[in-house]
Amino acid sequence: MISKVKKAQILSLLNSGRRVDGRTLDQYRNIKVETNLIGRADGSARVSIGDTLVLAGIKYEIGPPFPDTPDLGVLTVNAEFLPLASPTFESGPPDENAIELARVIDRSLRKAEAVDLSKLCLVPGKSVWIAWIDIYVLNHDGNLIDASALATSAALLSSRIPQADVEEERVKVNYEDKVPPPLSKMPVTVTIAKIGDTLVVDPVLDEEEAADAKLSLSVVEGKLCAAQKSGEGVFEVEELQKAASMALSKGEELYSYLKTLAGGT
Amino acid sequence: MGVCLEEYQLGEGKVRLNMAGEQRRLISDDGVRHDGRRPDELRPIKMSVGVLKNANGSAYVEQGNTKILAAVYGPRSVHPRHLAYPDKARVRCRYHMAPFSVETRKSPAPSRREVELSKVLREALSHAILLEQFPSTAIDIFVEVLEADGSTRCAGINAASLALADAGIPMKDLVAACAVGKVDGYLVVDLTDLEDKNGEVDMPFAMMYGKRKVTLLQLDGKLSYEEFLKAVDMAVVACERIYMMQKEALKQRYLTLRKSIEGGGST
Repeated sequence: MISKVKKAQILSLLNSGRRVDGRTLDQYRNIKVETNLIGRADGSARVSIGDTLVLAGIKYEIGPPFPDTPDLGVLTVNAEFLPLASPTFESGPPDENAIELARVIDRSLRKAEAVDLSKLCLVPGKSVWIAWIDIYVLNHDGNLIDASALATSAALLSSRIPQADVEEERVKVNYEDKVPPPLSKMPVTVTIAKIGDTLVVDPVLDEEEAADAKLSLSVVEGKLCAAQKSGEGVFEVEELQKAASMALSKGEELYSYLKTLAGGT
Repeated sequence: MGVCLEEYQLGEGKVRLNMAGEQRRLISDDGVRHDGRRPDELRPIKMSVGVLKNANGSAYVEQGNTKILAAVYGPRSVHPRHLAYPDKARVRCRYHMAPFSVETRKSPAPSRREVELSKVLREALSHAILLEQFPSTAIDIFVEVLEADGSTRCAGINAASLALADAGIPMKDLVAACAVGKVDGYLVVDLTDLEDKNGEVDMPFAMMYGKRKVTLLQLDGKLSYEEFLKAVDMAVVACERIYMMQKEALKQRYLTLRKSIEGGGST
């Protein structure tokens, strides 16, 4: 919930092209990406966008494939909105917002073909690598999707997968010897909020609460690979076009945070 | 329709092999889809309104083999009471698939997909309702997928929108929905399950057509900027056709009602 006074302030500032924290309409807050902070994880990344803080951790485990894709590894994305991250989050199983966020990131990874799942197969139909991606929201100040998507991509890029040898359907894993996982292009996600008649990138929490609707667009190699409109408001058809071109150009900017990571492109 | 087919072929389609190792494509070289449709052609659509006695409003929609039943209850009191909004109605929505609606039986417990779709459907529909007229109440929308053959969320929105209107709930407009996809390099509308599973892209889309407001947009698959704009254009055109059918279905409901009254109350 947002007070009427605050909402009115956000709207009146936007009318003159300004935002509550002094940014321009298409400007991200300060972004920081740190990787491999968790020794026991096979990959991890902490991303902050302004005061929003997200930690993503990766664990590779051997398990059975899905029956309908016996020769593909498994990719699982889960998100936890921890009660320590916001006064509005409660403990318990993931709610619809956490499920939606995880599924949007899952879709963007799959459609960007970020992980080559065929190379995660060990014994077809029996054992494959399962990539467990867990997103931990640590502090909520808006735009959780972009921070989570960036953290996920950074964690994957910095992750290492144990070497496994297969001899006559027996899998021998060498946990000492870890190699980079089979990755290709990583997606990034750009969220655009519609507040009144204005489109802004990277909304802070107050802006999200004042917004009519949001559109999260995932970008890979200059193309869109996933989208999700959320919120009860609506977009004009022309605004979709504007949002798509905003996302494609801001996506390039987000890529720069992944560039320095091993294997990053 | 006089559609230029080349227009839809925007790239090389994936070549797939069937069990016998032969190439199988979902769209033939002259742009005919696996079920005989043109890229911009909807499946045969059936809509009926007022199909359930107990619900305040209900509708049944068929798009090809996809069969959806939607019902609306409310505005009614909210339990538990603290969930009520003091200034407007609360919309609750449940999208649910019958265990027998898909190839292998689906557990009736709500899956993560159904939780997400329930949220997405609620957000696609609530803007169309004049919620401020019913403070402290709930409007419950139930969407049951009886048989799934692609585009179930869109058909679900089409049915739910009719059920809301049938319940007599004041609305700004009807919401019409249609998925656009990319299959074998062609942009196509109203995807079947086969096209959804084997195609490159699925983009569900919904709008209040009369007001030209987009209430739902999802994308699952890669599209260039130009393809995205083209897909949105195709979705708008498809939504217009569905919107007209929805209006017709609502009219039919009242024509039958009038007939039954004029005919002395017997149906």
